[in-house]
Amino acid sequence: MVALLEVEGLKAFYGQTQALHGVSFSLEPGGITTLLGANGAGKTTTLRAICNMVRTQGSIHFDGRPIAGLATEEIVRCGVGHVPEGRGTFTNLSVDENLRVASYTRSDKAAAERDREMVYEYFPILKARLGQQAGTLSGGEQQMLAISRALMLGPRLMLLDEPSFGLAPLIVQEIFRIMRRINAEAKVGMLLVEQNAALALELAGHAYVLETGRIVMSGKASDVKSNEAIRKSYLGY
Amino acid sequence: MEQLLQQVASGLANGAIYACLALALVMIFVSTDHINFAQGELSMFSAYLVWQLMQWGANFWVALPIVALLSFLIGVTVERVILRPLHSAPVLSIVVVFIGLLAIFHSLAGAIWGHTIKDFPSPFPNIVFAGSGYIGPHQIGMILMTIVLLVALFSFFRFTPLGLAMRAAAQNPASARLAGIRVDWMLALGWGLAAAIGAVAGSLVAPAVYLEPNMMASILLYGFAGALVGGIASPGGAVVGGFIVGVLENLIAYFGNLLEKSTGVYVIGNGEKLTVALIIVITVLTLKPSGLFGHVTVKRV
Repeated sequence: MVALLEVEGLKAFYGQTQALHGVSFSLEPGGITTLLGANGAGKTTTLRAICNMVRTQGSIHFDGRPIAGLATEEIVRCGVGHVPEGRGTFTNLSVDENLRVASYTRSDKAAAERDREMVYEYFPILKARLGQQAGTLSGGEQQMLAISRALMLGPRLMLLDEPSFGLAPLIVQEIFRIMRRINAEAKVGMLLVEQNAALALELAGHAYVLETGRIVMSGKASDVKSNEAIRKSYLGY
Repeated sequence: MEQLLQQVASGLANGAIYACLALALVMIFVSTDHINFAQGELSMFSAYLVWQLMQWGANFWVALPIVALLSFLIGVTVERVILRPLHSAPVLSIVVVFIGLLAIFHSLAGAIWGHTIKDFPSPFPNIVFAGSGYIGPHQIGMILMTIVLLVALFSFFRFTPLGLAMRAAAQNPASARLAGIRVDWMLALGWGLAAAIGAVAGSLVAPAVYLEPNMMASILLYGFAGALVGGIASPGGAVVGGFIVGVLENLIAYFGNLLEKSTGVYVIGNGEKLTVALIIVITVLTLKPSGLFGHVTVKRV
């Protein structure tokens, strides 16, 4: 079976500073994989590198097709939905316009319409806020909008960068519950970056642990969860 | 009183042109944070192209759409060929490029068509109507054309998917890329649209100021003042600002003349109109840098 995403020897640079030192991993189609690690370990950078938002070296295959070196927007058009750090809301546009921007590249308008109905079903609150300026939404609603924007692309893989960041625990639970549904129902593979390791390991089937730009451990989420060193470093008990 | 109304009306007519130029400047500013100093010369060049087509026998209303399209292509080409390679260059390098473009289009026009003043006939019929005493047919035409242009642009940005994509790209390029939008092309399109708007502005103002390579120099300043008054990041504000500046410059000169007549002291008059524009620029930059309709951007650091 061809991996959904195959990353080999990925290096990333911010100016002269190297942030990733040859990261390799692969994602099965339809699964949820999480990238764990401390602040500055390179989690966000890995997601940004996959979408060519930083200077990178190495090979990246999406669905067997090489995507390293393609422009960000072309990678997105292949079916990679990136929910960025900080949510990337178009704050001056309405909620409806935010969703319309996301389906701008879709040629199949009927499918885009179906995805919009799906988004309303997952996040009914957004339907109630369609005419509202997106910048006035609460943090949780903006995170829901960010996930919805990625969904409106009709992706096969979603890259989620800290979806729990800055949100109340109840909202986080709700969002993670819906992410699980999206994964199961829409058959979208997910690569999840999280500070909240306990939460991420609950959702994910597979986990990789990053440390200063290198992968130091990988395995089934349940194995990683029960690993003593991981528990002490990232789970804090 | 009649004279006052006349001054307001002609101020609105000039303001229409300033509004067009202000809008062209804002179009480029919102997506790149750069002020295109060559905007005026591009408009002048387009006006010459219209004039040339008319010399060859074309009707103004045939020539203008052709030239607007040509200018659009010139704008896109300038962005793709000259500015694209400089996208990460420091601001001062970009400013120098703009000044270079200004000089190039200025000398090009002079070299092709000469520096002598040319008559540019008004495309609007010279008819007498109810308000003729206050405002001429060309001035009415300028205002109407501007309104049509603005409504068309507003509809484009508000109601079409491409317009929405351009707004998204201007507002948050990183997120726009993540929505699959080809942001680089949106910038080029913005340049093209700005050049096309400039072509309309140049061809409308040419009959009023005559055609010559320097014709847009002061007009660009007024347009810049208008954009600043309204808010350099706000398209709607720039348009209102353009009209405000147009009316204001006439009124100040009018009241200056009135003062001179009644007291014999010359304070301000027609000669100082450009000074007024510059005073407006400096005042706005000092007191309210975001303009009347702009909003202050807060950046988290």
